[in-house]
Amino acid sequence: MATKLDKVDVVVVGVGWAGGIISAEMAKAGKNVVALERGEHRERSDYIGQKDELKYDSRYEIMQPLSSDTVTSRSELDETALPIRTREQMQLGFDVGGASVHWAGATYRYWPYDFEMRSKTIERYGEDKIPEDMNLQDWGITYEEMEPYYDKWEKMAGISGEQDPLAPKRKNEWPNPPLKETPALKLFKDATSNLGLHPFQIAAGNMSQNYTNPDGQTLNACMYCSFCTRHGCDFSAKSDPLATVVPTALEHDNFELRTRAYVRRVLYDGGNKQATGVMYVDEETGEEFEQPADVVVLSAFAFTNNRLLMLSGIGEQYDPETRKGIIGRNFNGQYNSAFHGARGYFKNKRFNLYMGAGALGAAVNDYAADNFDHSDLDFIGGGAIELRQYGDAAIKSNYIVPSDTPRWGKKFKENSLFYAYRGLHIWYTSTVMSYWHNYLDLDPNYTDEFGDPLLRATYKFGDNERNIGKFGVEKCREIMEEMGADIVEEDALPEEFDHVYAGGHYTGGVVMGDDPETSAVNNYLQMWDVDNLFVVGGSAFPQFGSHHPTPTIGALAYRAAEGIEKYMNEGGQLAKAKTKSHKA
Amino acid sequence: MVDKDQNKGHTEEPENASRRDFLKKSGYAAGGVAGGLVLGGLFGQFDTAEEGANSDQVEQLQNARTFFKRREDFETLAYASERIYPEDENGPGAIKLGVPYFIDKQLAGYYGYNAKTYMKGPFQPQKSGEYGLQTKLNRGEVFLHGLRKMQEVSQKDFGSKFAELEGEQQDEILRKFEANEIKLKGVQSSIFFELLRQTTIEGVYSDPVYGGNKDMQGWKMIEYPGPRMGWANEIDAEEFLSKEPMSLKEYQGGNL
Repeated sequence: MATKLDKVDVVVVGVGWAGGIISAEMAKAGKNVVALERGEHRERSDYIGQKDELKYDSRYEIMQPLSSDTVTSRSELDETALPIRTREQMQLGFDVGGASVHWAGATYRYWPYDFEMRSKTIERYGEDKIPEDMNLQDWGITYEEMEPYYDKWEKMAGISGEQDPLAPKRKNEWPNPPLKETPALKLFKDATSNLGLHPFQIAAGNMSQNYTNPDGQTLNACMYCSFCTRHGCDFSAKSDPLATVVPTALEHDNFELRTRAYVRRVLYDGGNKQATGVMYVDEETGEEFEQPADVVVLSAFAFTNNRLLMLSGIGEQYDPETRKGIIGRNFNGQYNSAFHGARGYFKNKRFNLYMGAGALGAAVNDYAADNFDHSDLDFIGGGAIELRQYGDAAIKSNYIVPSDTPRWGKKFKENSLFYAYRGLHIWYTSTVMSYWHNYLDLDPNYTDEFGDPLLRATYKFGDNERNIGKFGVEKCREIMEEMGADIVEEDALPEEFDHVYAGGHYTGGVVMGDDPETSAVNNYLQMWDVDNLFVVGGSAFPQFGSHHPTPTIGALAYRAAEGIEKYMNEGGQLAKAKTKSHKA
Repeated sequence: MVDKDQNKGHTEEPENASRRDFLKKSGYAAGGVAGGLVLGGLFGQFDTAEEGANSDQVEQLQNARTFFKRREDFETLAYASERIYPEDENGPGAIKLGVPYFIDKQLAGYYGYNAKTYMKGPFQPQKSGEYGLQTKLNRGEVFLHGLRKMQEVSQKDFGSKFAELEGEQQDEILRKFEANEIKLKGVQSSIFFELLRQTTIEGVYSDPVYGGNKDMQGWKMIEYPGPRMGWANEIDAEEFLSKEPMSLKEYQGGNL
């Protein structure tokens, strides 16, 4: 039997960027908040002396162990999904801070087009441009409305950047100047300028100088140590919740962080359409608890937000056969079909590629969003072309060889030693669309340690993914040739989804919008059916925009925090539903 | 050519492996004088010359089989890893770098026992590859299945132990595993091969604390400097900076 605890104002499930921001904002507003996190509360001291490629980059130390639960995966509706068993194939954030602790820091706002992709596509190209199988929809919010939340997130996170020449003019400067320019980045910028494109330094969650954010949290200037992506920062020089919003929340006595608390259900009163709290298990004792609350916030990873709603029977499960239902609909994500481009090998030049920082890089946005004419193209959407200098350690550097190199043996060794630090990779961070056949539901065969069904992902590429990928590879090759590489190789594009959930960009399933027929939450991330339940994070993306997701998740969390406060004062639905059914 | 690393200490492997190579190449084995006592005596001379290498002896004490019980399995592993990352004019290969011990230690820990891997059934091991690892076998068991099958194939095809084959013959067997032409129970041979290849490379280039990359020679070959507090002063340097490597131990400030 679960022990029933005292009621609080707000219970927050999952403490990454989204849950951390809501925790901090609610704590500052004087609300009585309990935040539940499945993992542990790691601190900066957990990362000191941990610059270890094997442990973090090869064994994924910081990611969720999959021993209890993972996601099952298939491509076709009549297939049996299999569980993704290893962390090589499935990388999920874990512990306080979630995926934000191991993020790289690449910071782009989505474009006005990204938020109104359906309307603006129809406006410029006509409705026929949208394929029949694509569930293309607007977000129910515009760039103009998002701008103040982006601004707030960027200041809290201390982002280091410069104005992208093609992006909407910023109302405020980036809070910090851009990171340093390296010879590799300069080469990219010169080459793209020569081609008439518009390069700039990527805005970064890695600090270019010491910085104190508006909440009074201090971040240090980045040392370019290279142990950044997939690592926690040992120097509080990468903006993450552990260095910012979590300590801000913890400054308040009305906030409590409860770790090793694995939430299994949202408690739901179907008659009154109210969430009444959550049920969780203390992972250290096995004890069950009920935490009642006036407002329930799901701010776990996109997969978990979906699964908790499904396990709790909240909202109507999407069914691809009837194309009815909302929860699990429009599952999407920027992986597998994205991040392809061209590799260049320089026989007479070596770059200091063992140095770097997660978001140290340069980019062009000439082929992002709708910045280029798609009239004669066989796809919609776009992305940045990036050169990143993450900083590669020895195992990774060893694999950077021209493709005609044997995979092992004498010649492999020879080439891997020669080409280390001579290879540069540029890629296209392309849009990923949603389709009627891609969705999430509960798996009929596989369960977690408590016997609850795992989440099942059904996912395959649409033609848009293949065509945009091909376009990106060609553009990247042109740039790499201009950069003067001796050997230029195009990345091979996957024909089909290969069930590798690399990176962390999986989104959708509890999407936002202005039409309850096609969205689960309104533009405050409040559920249409359940006024006191907010579902915040990448799960709200109706499709994937032109860039990495983090800043948009952060901005949406600030928007949701404002909504929660508004709801607590006024009650009811915060947005008006518009029904203009445009389901595929 | 006998370099000094080849002949230190009294441990049986992988130095033994190098000794056999040395013997093969120098004609001792062919001359029929190879035998336990002769070997011991021969290498004993080199051992004396190595006296005083205390830190090295301590390191050697840390290298013994912990996962692999049968010496034969470990020997097969050592020779297979050497073909994947061979000694050449650039420097040592997998055996001298301690890679077999690296793999042994990895398999003895959580990684080998799949402790952070989802291990509930039903299993469809034949779908490994397409869906990542789908075996009911853990990684340690995959290695044992694979190495014993390599030995079996070696006896069948060449009438001799894998460890005693010529390099080209060893490659031929490895290529069959790589191409999934060998049948194993519970796992494809190509999956085993990929694990072998991946862990061999990891053993060459991960920090020496894990048992491979002996004396940071893997890092020296690839000119990787190891961990540092940061590179803020060097990050915009025009020229490539080749630095002496630093180990994790030194980076952490040495012993407690």
